[in-house]
Amino acid sequence: MSALLSVQNVTKRFRGLLAVDNVSLDVAEGEIFAVIGPNGAGKTTLFNVIAGVYRPDQGQVAFAGHRLDGKTPDQVCRAGVGRTFQIVRPFPALSVEDNVVVGALLRHRGLRDAREWAHKILRRLDLFDKRHQPASELTLPDRKRLEVARAIATEPKLLLLDEVMAGLRPTETDRMVAALRRLNQEHGVTILLIEHVMRAVMALASRVMVLHHGAAIAQGRPDEVVRDPAVVQSYLGAEAVG
Amino acid sequence: MIGQMFEGVPARALACGALLLAALLAAPYVVNDYLLTVLIIILYYAYTGQAWNIMMGFAGQLSLGHALYVGLGAYTAAAFYVHFGISPWIGILAAIPIAIAGGAIIGFLAFRFRVGGVYFAILTIAFAEFARVGFDHFNWVGGSSGFFLPVANYAVSDLWNLRGKPMMFYYLILAMTVLAFVICRLLLTSRIGYFWLAIREDEEAARAIGIDTFRYKMYAVILSAGMTSLAGIFFAFFYNNLFPEQVFHISRSIELILAPIIGGVGTLFGPILGAFLLTGLSETMHAILYGFGIDIPGVKQVFYGLCLLFVVIVLPHGVWPWVARVLGIKERRS
Repeated sequence: MSALLSVQNVTKRFRGLLAVDNVSLDVAEGEIFAVIGPNGAGKTTLFNVIAGVYRPDQGQVAFAGHRLDGKTPDQVCRAGVGRTFQIVRPFPALSVEDNVVVGALLRHRGLRDAREWAHKILRRLDLFDKRHQPASELTLPDRKRLEVARAIATEPKLLLLDEVMAGLRPTETDRMVAALRRLNQEHGVTILLIEHVMRAVMALASRVMVLHHGAAIAQGRPDEVVRDPAVVQSYLGAEAVG
Repeated sequence: MIGQMFEGVPARALACGALLLAALLAAPYVVNDYLLTVLIIILYYAYTGQAWNIMMGFAGQLSLGHALYVGLGAYTAAAFYVHFGISPWIGILAAIPIAIAGGAIIGFLAFRFRVGGVYFAILTIAFAEFARVGFDHFNWVGGSSGFFLPVANYAVSDLWNLRGKPMMFYYLILAMTVLAFVICRLLLTSRIGYFWLAIREDEEAARAIGIDTFRYKMYAVILSAGMTSLAGIFFAFFYNNLFPEQVFHISRSIELILAPIIGGVGTLFGPILGAFLLTGLSETMHAILYGFGIDIPGVKQVFYGLCLLFVVIVLPHGVWPWVARVLGIKERRS
């Protein structure tokens, strides 16, 4: 198994707080990998280390054979890693279409090309009909999909999704799950997602890692992980197993 | 390029633009000398407003020190002309790089060390103030007692040395304003323009989609500074006298940004409309007061203040987006 993304012994401290504690993971090309864990477990910090927002205190991040740690967020994106934000950050005054066009312009230098590419992505995420609306007028589910659309527009090999299901109703979650699965299967995008919504994790992920207090306490197939006593104890709660 | 210029522009907007341009081209043959001077001032503010708008309206970087670039351009070209007899058209070649260097230093310091928002604005003020104090003691260009260009009664206009009648200056500033408008339109409909808007809207999100925000913010400052320095050259050769206390003063920087704020920050036509509204109305008011024999010092500033207050409260996005709606033209709100 050749790892597209390889995180090796990454540690990140904020002063006294050990946010990520010696975490390692490998994401294979074409895989959907989920990171779960209670609030404050260090999931988003781990994400931000991969995305170049933070430099790890120890450890390495490699992507497609190249070192990623020490790179800035824009360099990480240009290397082929797209990301979304936990709290969505669309460009509010721009139209839905222009939000995606900006992302598309990274690899399509001409505006016409970029717009064509953006239209394809907008269709893929069911946003095409709303393309002329300002992003600020979208509902939360639409904004979440726009966040994904904008990240995909940069044509990443690996997509980092930070709680894109949070705040969605079950039907909307299923819609997002379907969109992500299509993206993964038809377009070969590898996905690393942080998620609280177990329904989505179970439906999507081929492997799961559980973080607790910054450390990885379990890793494996989703059905194995949810039965792991340590995971049940720290995160899911006894009733989740039943 | 030409296709990009007009793509997606409604016919009605083109007609309005053509009409306005025709009126402006014909104006010197219709209006008297006083009104011609007023039009020159209007276009001067439209031009500088357009240049400032690149930084604030497009890239979201608030500069309150644009007088710096006006002053650097003005002093450089004037010094070349007065001391060496070099035409301002050659002087441009020194003035633009010097202004750009000024902007690049400010930009580099601010963007490298993540100085943003209000603190960035303060930095721009500080540099304009440095220049003001510095030029006060810079005796080669007259220091605090001022720097003067030779003036005579010109029978014919000398475009090469920018010596001549108001009409020449009028067409010059009109050409500059049109060119600035065209440049801004082309920028906004290209990759760099989209990247600027993304940075303005949310810098962190812009970085996350691969935009080198440092580099693109530098482009905005450099372009804005360079364009503004051209206005400085115009200023020097039109007014023929330069005083550091006036040229670099913060009130000058504020005056420069009023037109785009009143007209609509980030819009293409806002700076032009804003310049017409502000200067047009204040001159009208001045004329009326003068007609009644009233002369109150500072009344112009009070008027500007009231205009600003009105716009901020009633039309926070500026007057142009509202006018455009009324005219049935929709400029993409950018």
